[in-house]
Amino acid sequence: MNPVHKKIPVLIHNGKPVCESLIIVQYIDEVWKDKAPLLPSDPYQRAQARFWADFIDKKLYDAGRKIWTTKGEEQEAAKKEYIEILKVLEELGDKPYFMGERLGFLDIALITFYSWFHAYETLGSFSIEAECPKLISWAKRCMQKESVSKSLADPKKLCEFLVEMKKRLGVE
Amino acid sequence: MAEQNKVILYGTWTRPYVKRVELALKVKGIPYEYVEEDLRNKSPMLLKLNPIHKKVPVLVHNGKAITESLVIIEYIDETWKTGPRLLPQDPYKRSQIRFWASYIQQVFEALVMVLKTIGEAQEKAIKEVSEKVKLLEAGLKGLFPDGIPSVDEYSKNVTLLDLVILANLGGYEAQEEVLGVKIIDSEKTPLIVSCITALIDLPAVKESRMPHEKVVAFLKFFRENALNSAAA
Repeated sequence: MNPVHKKIPVLIHNGKPVCESLIIVQYIDEVWKDKAPLLPSDPYQRAQARFWADFIDKKLYDAGRKIWTTKGEEQEAAKKEYIEILKVLEELGDKPYFMGERLGFLDIALITFYSWFHAYETLGSFSIEAECPKLISWAKRCMQKESVSKSLADPKKLCEFLVEMKKRLGVE
Repeated sequence: MAEQNKVILYGTWTRPYVKRVELALKVKGIPYEYVEEDLRNKSPMLLKLNPIHKKVPVLVHNGKAITESLVIIEYIDETWKTGPRLLPQDPYKRSQIRFWASYIQQVFEALVMVLKTIGEAQEKAIKEVSEKVKLLEAGLKGLFPDGIPSVDEYSKNVTLLDLVILANLGGYEAQEEVLGVKIIDSEKTPLIVSCITALIDLPAVKESRMPHEKVVAFLKFFRENALNSAAA
């Protein structure tokens, strides 16, 4: 289904595969366009949402990975970088959700990373909430929605998973 | 009122990501002002417009900045409804075009690695890009089961993917000349070549095409620089 990247996620709809998470989310938004639109209707707002989702894609995963695969000075640098990225996102606005009053594309792009915060905090001995309180309020707001809280992975399980990975990779 | 509808593109002529946006503007017939940036000496304006990535291209429309080439092209398509629709209406086809356009980024980065290396490292890079190019060719086969459209058809139906192919892979002949290696050619990758050949003939594209010698000279310079800094 995904011969090019051989990765998940892959969405199969009407027997046809769609790959790459942000492309899939846009596909879902376009096919089921009458239910809760995820992207705003204004082209500039849409461009902003896409830009920031791309920014999250490019920066956050790798920065997070560095936190649990390094130690000492390298880990300190990784933590700093991670917080800096989150702080940039925190500045994006004062509305309840990134693009307004309703959960949308950009919230979806970022909220899945929230599940990993507990693991990073534990393995990196730091508090993300202390540095980015606004972001954590936003995350908790998203989690109040059942559609989000029931979909996200259990942070404790993710932490255990990373501890296991660390052992396997020999990162102590 | 002066800001209304004014379009400015900040770019650098050597950057394919900029070329993509230029092609989109030209193909849609959108008038714009172009500002060439020296990437070794970025202007304060560029840094103000793109503080996050500090890169080109940046499109400014109605005084607002949009960055990241694929984001810009989708913005262009959604704002100016004249000219060809760069993304089709059908959501599945849109997802395919977005997927392959995004994949070409990887193909391009692999091509750049070939330019930047020699010896064993280069052989490895050539192998990697050849595999990626093969996958791209297969992808295009899926998108164009009846072959590449004619120039006439293209002028009405050119998409975001075509612009990306042209911008990132259109210099394949110059690259072949500089490297002495065929990565994209009519035998190995007939669809990619037909696509580029057809697109080059579009009037909007013809007028902005960089002369072959200039591209060759730039690639030689780029390769020399890369090899020198690697050796340093």
